[in-house]
Amino acid sequence: MDGDKAFRIGLNLTAFLFILFVGITFLSLIIASGPSIKAFGWKFVISTEWDPTAGKFGALPFLTGTLLTSFLALLMSTPLAFSLALFLGIYSRKGLRFAYILDYAVDLLAGIPSVIYGLWALFFLVPVVRWMEIKMNITPFGVGIFTASLVLAIMIIPYISSISKEMVAMVPQDLLEAGMALGATDWEVVKNIIVPYCLSGFYAGILLGLGRALGETMAVTMVIGNFNGMPKDLFSPGNTMASVIANEFAEAVGDLHLSSLIQIGLWLFLVNVIVNLVGQVIVRKVSIRR
Amino acid sequence: MNRIRGLYLFVSLLAFLGFTSPSFTSNALAKEKELVGAGATFPYPLYSKMFSEYYRVYKVKVNYQAIGSGGGIRQLRAKVVDFGASDAYLSDEELAKFPAPVLHIPITAGAVAISYNLPGNPSLRLTPEVLADIFLGKITRWDDPRIQQINLSTKLPPMKIIVVHRSDGSGTTFIFTDYLSKVSKEWAQRVGKGKAVKWPTGLGGKGNAGVAGLIKQLPGAIGYVELVYCLTNDMPFAAIKNKSGNFVLPSIESVTESANIELPDDMRVSLCDTSAPNGYPISGFTWILVYQDLSQGGLSEEKAQALADLLWWMTHEGQKYTKPLHFSPLSDTAKRKVEALLKKLTFKGKVLLQPESRP
Amino acid sequence: MSTRARRIKDRIFKATILSLSLLTLLPLLLILITIISKGYSAISLDFFTKLPTPPGDPGGGILNSIVGSLLLIAIAVVISVPTGVGLGLYLSETRGPWASLVEILINTLQGIPSIVVGILAYLWIVKPLGGFSALSGGVALAIIMLPTVARATQETLIRLPTSLKEAGLSLGASYTRTIWKVILPSAMPGILSGVLLGVARIAGETAPLLFTAFGNPYLNLNPLKPVDAVPLLVFNYAMSPYSDWHQKAWGASLVLMVFILGINITIRKGPWKRR
Repeated sequence: MDGDKAFRIGLNLTAFLFILFVGITFLSLIIASGPSIKAFGWKFVISTEWDPTAGKFGALPFLTGTLLTSFLALLMSTPLAFSLALFLGIYSRKGLRFAYILDYAVDLLAGIPSVIYGLWALFFLVPVVRWMEIKMNITPFGVGIFTASLVLAIMIIPYISSISKEMVAMVPQDLLEAGMALGATDWEVVKNIIVPYCLSGFYAGILLGLGRALGETMAVTMVIGNFNGMPKDLFSPGNTMASVIANEFAEAVGDLHLSSLIQIGLWLFLVNVIVNLVGQVIVRKVSIRR
Repeated sequence: MNRIRGLYLFVSLLAFLGFTSPSFTSNALAKEKELVGAGATFPYPLYSKMFSEYYRVYKVKVNYQAIGSGGGIRQLRAKVVDFGASDAYLSDEELAKFPAPVLHIPITAGAVAISYNLPGNPSLRLTPEVLADIFLGKITRWDDPRIQQINLSTKLPPMKIIVVHRSDGSGTTFIFTDYLSKVSKEWAQRVGKGKAVKWPTGLGGKGNAGVAGLIKQLPGAIGYVELVYCLTNDMPFAAIKNKSGNFVLPSIESVTESANIELPDDMRVSLCDTSAPNGYPISGFTWILVYQDLSQGGLSEEKAQALADLLWWMTHEGQKYTKPLHFSPLSDTAKRKVEALLKKLTFKGKVLLQPESRP
Repeated sequence: MSTRARRIKDRIFKATILSLSLLTLLPLLLILITIISKGYSAISLDFFTKLPTPPGDPGGGILNSIVGSLLLIAIAVVISVPTGVGLGLYLSETRGPWASLVEILINTLQGIPSIVVGILAYLWIVKPLGGFSALSGGVALAIIMLPTVARATQETLIRLPTSLKEAGLSLGASYTRTIWKVILPSAMPGILSGVLLGVARIAGETAPLLFTAFGNPYLNLNPLKPVDAVPLLVFNYAMSPYSDWHQKAWGASLVLMVFILGINITIRKGPWKRR
């Protein structure tokens, strides 16, 4: 039975090494951000100055860019994603063929690499936004916060809808039938039975979408304009935490510059871990209720 | 199950093959004959041409990675590479961080062109003051009287100006901001010079290609790009008024001309705002950086000799590859200074290039 | 409320969710149509067998990035599959606080932005080795792929009937032997579909490759040197000013999409159908 013991030890070792690995991940980010943390402290997240020549680094413009694009994207995609979830949840249950096709299509949307979203946005969305901006008589950059949010909105729809859809599909049949038996219309069933039942699933979906939007890099980098200052309005160029890393990392000017970029990565890591953990807690609660 | 295991074996084999492929093994065995360098992206087309020619004739392999000037400098300091390459020379402060003295060997000169996107792309003339104010965000329209005044023959369109700059650190940005700092006090105070700066306005593009791409896509855009990119890509570029008052277009000749000035012995010099009457004012050398005593960089004597010979060849015979690739050859003044520098290269104190053995 | 008003409300509701659902189809259709129509003309035999030409020169292909992508994926698979399957086995065979911790960490790892994974690969491999390399890119991709493999393994193993294991053990086979000869083979379709899912995900990853694999205009099989990758090429060519490179970016996108779609269809329709 020695072989069995060795096998068990091997398994436990794998798990142990994995835990160690995640710990090292976090540690190495902290160590590598050390010089920048030491130099700027808390000012790093409240300063708008990003000046490699003067050796001053403040990440507020990128925090702003990330939050702005992510929340705008959520704002735009949430209604779409929830409609989709309701439609798919209700009608695929009724065996509607079209619902299956739609479901498959949304899955496809989730599988498209972000660089392809970026390519498409660059040659399709940017001219559209520029045309809008000319009509609105503002500087027609075409690229900027708004364009980036638009791409993000499209990209996160499948993430929000997939978990919400599963929740809708999980609503017990007898509840629905009870509602219908009372003569409720579809709308009333959705409002009074499905939505309350699925609320936590909807929240989890939003968090999942948010997590994805916060860390998204390529599509954003390609259309946000890469300007390292505070965005003046929704149509002005900006930068996000992820996109500034993508732009400047390989050619960082000095060690402090590199370390500041890594610190931005550390923040991105932490924010994502928190969003993710909250999402996991919600999902866990849901599955326990199930 | 067997099929799956087979598949896994196949994939492992594929990766393993990668590790043991001929390029890898020969690399490890013949390390002595290979020189490794890293740095600037701008001269990469020229360097790759030079190195492939050099390999053909002298059988010395040069592995050059275009990772950017900043990376090249960092890696030379860490002694990971045999030579670094940079579009910006090191400041005294930066040099002090190196464990041993470093020499700057200029290989070619390049120009930063000011490109734009206007309906019909008319020819355009710009003065240093106007250029600085555009990039400071003080002139925001193409039909601004100050631009119109110097371009009387063209009717400039009533469009907003979209400034485009680099989003990554780059020697191109260094040359351009160095120039603006020299011609505009306000620029020098508010922004300064560097491989990456805090831009007062505009959009950022990654790499020369990224900036050129944005300019091409956005009507009303203006930005700075390596001349090579403009030439190979049929992009319009502006004539800039130089110190002598002449409007000069960037070209191979006008860039070489800009280096026809008094040069310092260590060749750490900016050609920006050149006093040469026909020189293009936004130009600069691109350098190869080496430790003066190559043993300090961790090279063997054989490699040190190979590197010294390579540098001599690049600054002499190799110069013939510059023009066909739109790079500017070193001027005669520059060449003489370079020769003096190269003769200072040593290995553990022993001079590598004997004066009598060279023309 | 009158029945009439209720009916109208219901109609409005149905019309809204139907039209909004259809609206989500619009970008997908637009993207697919653009990729196919613009990418199609770039595709030829040369596109797969030739190295890139400078902008303006006709012909040329993306062989360097296809080979680079395959090398990166191979490295990622070799690293992530044994570890991922190991972790999945551990999770299905163990209960307790440690198992929960591992499960939470796997989910957390899945949520880390890929660009941050790129930073890690840079710190751990690029910096010590002193240069960009396929190895560092492959490791970054392996980290991204690991959670998918681990979770697929765990989910498949949990779904296997316990009688399977009991049968193995009652026949006198050792625990290890039962796992190797009974459990893993019957779980193989599920695990394999997880691996394919992971490959589909990393095939399109770009951000973590920017400062690890870095890109390379030449053909390279040496894992210690930089390589190109198809998504990296799409990014670099898309941002360039050259229209013939834009064309190639669309062509490369089409190749990438067909590859990823192919994997998705294999997972759904193949013998290892999920669920």
